[in-house]
Amino acid sequence: MSISRRLASGGLIDRSRPLNFTFDGKTYGGYAGDTLASALLANDTMLVGRSFKYHRPRGIFSAGPEEPNALVTLRSGPRAEPNTKATTIELFDGLKASSQNCWPSPQFDLRAVHQLAGPLLNAGFYYKTFMWPAAFWEKFYEPAIRASAGLGALSGLDDPDTYEKSHAFCDLLVIGAGPAGLAAALAAGRAGARVILAEEDFVLGGRLLGDTAQIDGVSAASWAALAEAELGTLPNVRILKRTAVFGAYDGEYGAIERVSDHLQVPPPFVPRQRLWKIVARQCVLAAGAQERPLVFPGNDRPGIMLASALRTYANRFGVTPGRRIAIFTTSDYGWRSAFELQKAGAEIAVVVDARAEVSPEVRKLAGNAPQFLGAHVSDTSGYRRLTGITITDSAGKTRRVAVDTLGVSGGWSPSIGIATHLGGKGSWAEEQSAFLCDERPPGMQIAGAAAAQWTLAQALENGALAGAKAASQVGLGLQAQKSIVASDEASGATPMWLFKGSRRKAFVDLQNDVTATDVALAAQEGFRSVEQLKRYTTLGMATDQGKTSNVNGLAILAGEIRKTIAETGATRARPPHVPVAIGAFAGLHSGKHFKPTRLTSSHAASAALNATFVEAGQWMRAQWFNAPGENDWLTSVTREVKAVRSTVGICDVSTLGKIALCGSDVGTFLDRVYINTFSTLPVGKVRYGVMLREDGFVMDDGTTAHLTADHWVMTTTTVNAGKVMQHLEYCHQVLWPELDVQTVSVTEQWAQVAVAGPKSRDLLQALLGDAFDVSNEAFPYLACAEFHVGNIPLRLFRVSFSGELAYEIAVPAGYGEALFNALMQAGKPLGVTPYGTEALSVMRIEKGHVAGSELNGQTVARDLGLGRMMSAKKDYIGRTMAAREALVDSNRPTLVGLRPVDRSHRLRNGALLFARDVTPAPDTNAGFITSTAFSPDHNHWIGLGLLARGPERHGEIIRAWDPVRSGDYELEVVDPVFVDAEGARLRA
Amino acid sequence: MRIPCPYCGSRDSSEFSYSGDATLTRPTPDNADAMFDYVYLRDNPVGLHREYWYHAAGCHAWLKVTRNVSTHEVIEAVLAHDEAAS
Ligand SMILES: [Zn+2]
Repeated sequence: MSISRRLASGGLIDRSRPLNFTFDGKTYGGYAGDTLASALLANDTMLVGRSFKYHRPRGIFSAGPEEPNALVTLRSGPRAEPNTKATTIELFDGLKASSQNCWPSPQFDLRAVHQLAGPLLNAGFYYKTFMWPAAFWEKFYEPAIRASAGLGALSGLDDPDTYEKSHAFCDLLVIGAGPAGLAAALAAGRAGARVILAEEDFVLGGRLLGDTAQIDGVSAASWAALAEAELGTLPNVRILKRTAVFGAYDGEYGAIERVSDHLQVPPPFVPRQRLWKIVARQCVLAAGAQERPLVFPGNDRPGIMLASALRTYANRFGVTPGRRIAIFTTSDYGWRSAFELQKAGAEIAVVVDARAEVSPEVRKLAGNAPQFLGAHVSDTSGYRRLTGITITDSAGKTRRVAVDTLGVSGGWSPSIGIATHLGGKGSWAEEQSAFLCDERPPGMQIAGAAAAQWTLAQALENGALAGAKAASQVGLGLQAQKSIVASDEASGATPMWLFKGSRRKAFVDLQNDVTATDVALAAQEGFRSVEQLKRYTTLGMATDQGKTSNVNGLAILAGEIRKTIAETGATRARPPHVPVAIGAFAGLHSGKHFKPTRLTSSHAASAALNATFVEAGQWMRAQWFNAPGENDWLTSVTREVKAVRSTVGICDVSTLGKIALCGSDVGTFLDRVYINTFSTLPVGKVRYGVMLREDGFVMDDGTTAHLTADHWVMTTTTVNAGKVMQHLEYCHQVLWPELDVQTVSVTEQWAQVAVAGPKSRDLLQALLGDAFDVSNEAFPYLACAEFHVGNIPLRLFRVSFSGELAYEIAVPAGYGEALFNALMQAGKPLGVTPYGTEALSVMRIEKGHVAGSELNGQTVARDLGLGRMMSAKKDYIGRTMAAREALVDSNRPTLVGLRPVDRSHRLRNGALLFARDVTPAPDTNAGFITSTAFSPDHNHWIGLGLLARGPERHGEIIRAWDPVRSGDYELEVVDPVFVDAEGARLRA
Repeated sequence: MRIPCPYCGSRDSSEFSYSGDATLTRPTPDNADAMFDYVYLRDNPVGLHREYWYHAAGCHAWLKVTRNVSTHEVIEAVLAHDEAAS
């Protein structure tokens, strides 16, 4: 039976809305407005996990995102989210959470034996301890360490929820809705600025929620509610709650909105989280400050918490985490916390201040509680919960006080992380005992506690000024601001970094189990810069990024190396300021939405013909068509090839890139981008062209048709369509803007079908009837034409990739399916066969045409047997560089045909080529096989390859060596054209 | 980072692709040494630089962008077409 630590009244929770939740399988009750941490504390559950390395019991330490200890796994199954801070989880009915890094439970953790192995796990233990024997690292040490030291685990299941990305634009982004942020948003919002106010918490107010001070005659929390209500009436202000700004980038801010994390399951069509890119002209960083813990022996026991967190739990959540509370402080704020806790009904057992002098007004805050000045806590006791503290007074005398809770307050560290993301660095301000940031992202001001404006009155005034200034920066008139009247408080503090006492560990970083001794050891071993200290000891790493530990750690380091804090400096904060799920960065671009699936217009018709599809570039293309009774791809492909070579086949080639070029200088332009000449190409003709990169290597190939005087259309390979478009636009806009040329991609506007085979003319005749004369005389090889059938524009090209008599026919994409179906229909009497990319590839290999495997970015035109196309009469892109010595070397691997000496042998792409009599080695390698196919014409496998001095070696027997696939066989080098070498068929 | 495209206005840099030094001029044909430098030897200056950016997910214009490569501050963006023609 657990005890309730909930106060009878008070707090901002909604007592009319009780909620049930489970933690480690046990059911508890809480209220709407609770966090998981406050609800656990209300149920007297302080111990929530075990520490990273030593598996020491750890309790809730803070009341916010700085939490180093209370990391839990939220939810279970595919929605499980490890390493979530209990202090930021908004309680909902049915919430399930479990502890991490302990087995079987936080109460009884069998791995707590690590505490005994302590000396092995000190600073740099990763680098020092487990080095020998070497083989043990991978097999034994690393798995053992990973299993026991660490944080929560991922479920390994697919995330069932969706994530969104959104852009927002504003005059002013206010980061944080505490007193300074609210005042800034009000000032700028009233002046008419477009304001976004982003607050990580689910309630606006920040420190106001944990404070009983008065503002404008009402309680601080009420003032926050009134401010929110006013901002809500301003149409130019947008409030983003549950939204953490995680980084400042160039000209924009990144923020993560936890849209549905406070719900069991996101509602339909609502994302779990939304990633914001916020473009803001001005920014006010009002992220507040983190209270610093104190470093003393035994300072990590459950029950030891930040004093300000105790205050927040009492005032905001109506919870006193303990029965008897001690306060250990070096600042006036510790006394204020004691005051607020007493006011809320908690018992303050003692206030210990390490400062020798404290003003009488501040001392009054402790009421009747015993006080020790110039004293410190030198030891603690209790295992699963604090049971007592030892106080060493100014005279060195010790006494033990029984308490179950200790609030610590070592002053404040401004939260300036986001201000340093663009390269600025915090600099130590001795007077404020804090790192402040002078070099900020453009347009950013820092206000409130983040700018060391500690007191409530200062924060409100400072925030209002910053908001007004931002409004005037964006050109809005300065408005007279109604001044905000707030009670002020004492804010004296003297930082003291390390207290000596018992031999127990004094922790600096609770999340990473880094102690003061580790810091000293690192300094002793020469890791004297803060960045080295961080990597060597892991201080300040992981989910809290050292929000409570960094300043203490470097101050202790400074003491060790006898430098000032200013000289020692701070580590540079880098985004993200808070952890962001990778799913949020992916947004909707996951699974099928990762990239579009582009279907050709004949897709449905092809599917109906039992096509198997393959991804080609960004498209899905028919790879082959399964005829009844066929059950292996080679049978289908061989049938398709035979059909094309004997009768007629059709193939959708719409995916080839198509670029329209218009203007009077297109011919000249093409002469400069292709290696061969196009300006001489008459209207009504098509020519094959090759283009190079400026470095001389082949970029792409394809045909360009001259349709009318000023209108040309280029085709590119499917894969390079975008790249060639970009290249042409570069050439035109940057290199030769004087040319009268316009380019536009029409790939998606035109559907195109290849009609190939000896009966292709008959098929077109049947399709077109009297509309167009397709006879060899009227429309010879490499002719092109544009005409209409009815009101449908058609383009016809007499080009051939297969080596047969062939055409390509194009129609506007909307007619693509109709064209494909009409060809199938008209071709029925001729036995028309649809064919896919495999048959296309077999036929191009049989014809020795180069494709993607040969246009691999490492070949020049000569390598591909296209050297004679390189015009000597003109300049073109890549010409000069292609003439480099190494690129015209006759020993370069050059295109050849290959066939197995043993005709039953299968060839495979990638096999290495060697002369018959050499031992295979890198320096004897003469090339490799680029493309292979089973040739139905020859009834055996054939290949194309790049072979040193290839063209001179026709007839030679060489060796193909393929050790990975146990291949070692002989090949005959032949001409790359295996079918119809004279080209009679395509001219028929 | 935001780039002010003369056609499209201030746009997210993810809409653009980057293509390096915009201060170079393509050498005349057959000057092999100059061409080699043009293709391979690029300066990597600190501070202000002029670079080509292509508005791939926008108007397809090639821009000459003046940018401080140390701070990522974009100072100016003009159409490469206009610059080259003038
Ligand atoms: Zn644009």
